[in-house]
Amino acid sequence: MMEKKNDLLEVLKKATGALIGILSLALILSLGATYLFFFHKPSPKPVIAKQETAAPVAKVEAVAPKAENGTIDEETGFIIDAGWELAKTNCTNCHAATLVTQNRATREGWEGMIRWMQRTQKLWDLGENEAAILDYLAKNYAPENKGRRPNLTDVEWYELEGTK
Amino acid sequence: MNTRRSFLKKSFLGSQALVWGVPVVYGNEVPEKYPFVGKWLADPEMLPGKNAGLKVLGERPWNIETPPHLLDDKVTPADKIFVRNNGLMPETIDVAKWSLTINGESAKTTKSYSITELKNKFKAYTYQLTIECGGNGRAEFNPPAKGNQWEVGAVSCAKWTGVRLKDILMDVGIKDDAVYIGYYGKDVHLSKDPEKVVISRGVPIAKALEDETLVAWAMNGEDIPLANGHPLRLVMGGWPGSVSGKWLSTIAVRNVVHDGEKMGGDSYRVPCEAVAPGEVVPDENMCIIEGMPVKSIISYPKTGALIKVGQTLPVRGHAWAGDKSVKEVHVSPDFGATWQKADLEGPANRLAWQHFSAELKLPATGYYEIWAKATDSDGKSQPMVVPGWNPKGYLNNACHRIAVKVR
Repeated sequence: MMEKKNDLLEVLKKATGALIGILSLALILSLGATYLFFFHKPSPKPVIAKQETAAPVAKVEAVAPKAENGTIDEETGFIIDAGWELAKTNCTNCHAATLVTQNRATREGWEGMIRWMQRTQKLWDLGENEAAILDYLAKNYAPENKGRRPNLTDVEWYELEGTK
Repeated sequence: MNTRRSFLKKSFLGSQALVWGVPVVYGNEVPEKYPFVGKWLADPEMLPGKNAGLKVLGERPWNIETPPHLLDDKVTPADKIFVRNNGLMPETIDVAKWSLTINGESAKTTKSYSITELKNKFKAYTYQLTIECGGNGRAEFNPPAKGNQWEVGAVSCAKWTGVRLKDILMDVGIKDDAVYIGYYGKDVHLSKDPEKVVISRGVPIAKALEDETLVAWAMNGEDIPLANGHPLRLVMGGWPGSVSGKWLSTIAVRNVVHDGEKMGGDSYRVPCEAVAPGEVVPDENMCIIEGMPVKSIISYPKTGALIKVGQTLPVRGHAWAGDKSVKEVHVSPDFGATWQKADLEGPANRLAWQHFSAELKLPATGYYEIWAKATDSDGKSQPMVVPGWNPKGYLNNACHRIAVKVR
């Protein structure tokens, strides 16, 4: 009898403990939600980020609008061509897209930049995508021979006022 | 800086990329530490406080250059000073709690000063100092050099107020074996890893002890703009801007050449011995850039001026020469066939740029380019073509030119 009572007591204790646990969790979650809803200011490290990175993404591919090769991606300025999404995904997390688009290099040159970023800037292993990214960059952002001094281009002509 | 609007835009882009099903490759450590959030745009808004006419090369990190016609002021105003950031600006700055620590193996002791202590303990000086990015002019190198493609406007000459670094170093005491100083600042690495130093460069002790080497808290009589180093920075005129550490928190007095971030490899170094364009240069053959070479810009008129035949073309600008002064400036309307000597003012103080002006008679209708060429106190002039190729495209001091048509 005593044993049974003790058992019952134990069960009750455990149930109470669990209830408190659940309630605390609910409280924390609701506080968290309240915080996010009312107080969360944009920060460079949004809370949602972790989930986004971890989420499997391959399933919803059909939604992608098909941009035409040779046009420019409005968001990044990247030239649309094979591999451009890979470049966008991997090359604009830490730095501006313009740091890519203003540069010109051979495949070896781009590879050198990737290696430098991996060595010093914490760029991750690009895995099997590296070849496609390098192909994309080498094709679309290849060096042009500028000679020793290019012509002045994009001059906007205007009447100079106040001259005698 | 991080406005609600840009945040929304960025997180939208982040999720959009996910919806599109871009295959994301993440290495071992990537997902948690480097959240997939920051899509940095091709056409960012101008950094608050900067003139809308400036050119944004990138917003992460902020790199912004000033077109030459916006550098016409004799003293560059805050909104027209270029920005060259290697990392992210500090998110919070408490001026009252900010401190500068002097340490290092060649400091006799370690000392820290609040900004108020710096102001109270040492005499303040104001100098107009030319700061030019080491990579100013990189865009013209051939084959192209990697990095921000600066044209001509990564240069400024503002009035800086602060205390002499040498007064602070004398107060701390430096050992006889001191050869270099290296700075540390409070900027944040692009990867957001707090362990990683963004940039920590320095100068030989002789440069550190010059009268004009300042630990500055004010620019043009006001707080330094955030992007330019508020609340405290080093200012050393005539050397690559990267020696003038921003958001300054520590200066180490070193008994070796400072070995901080961006002191080695291709960073701010050029081949000790000239190389052919495109050549691979081993690390041991690279030398640290010190004084910048002689250079000038035409700040008036803006390129593209149309004038009538018979009118005189007024031309003006600034010239500077690293640690030296500018002896002469010449301008040419005919690609260097003839040169006309410009009027040249002396510098406001050592290491300040000098102003030149000239009146040009253009003989006939047609297309002209006006070229400016400065000569330093040692008799060295600017080249008309892009000089010594180097892997990272530093020190392009080729003559600046503008296009003019006479009708």
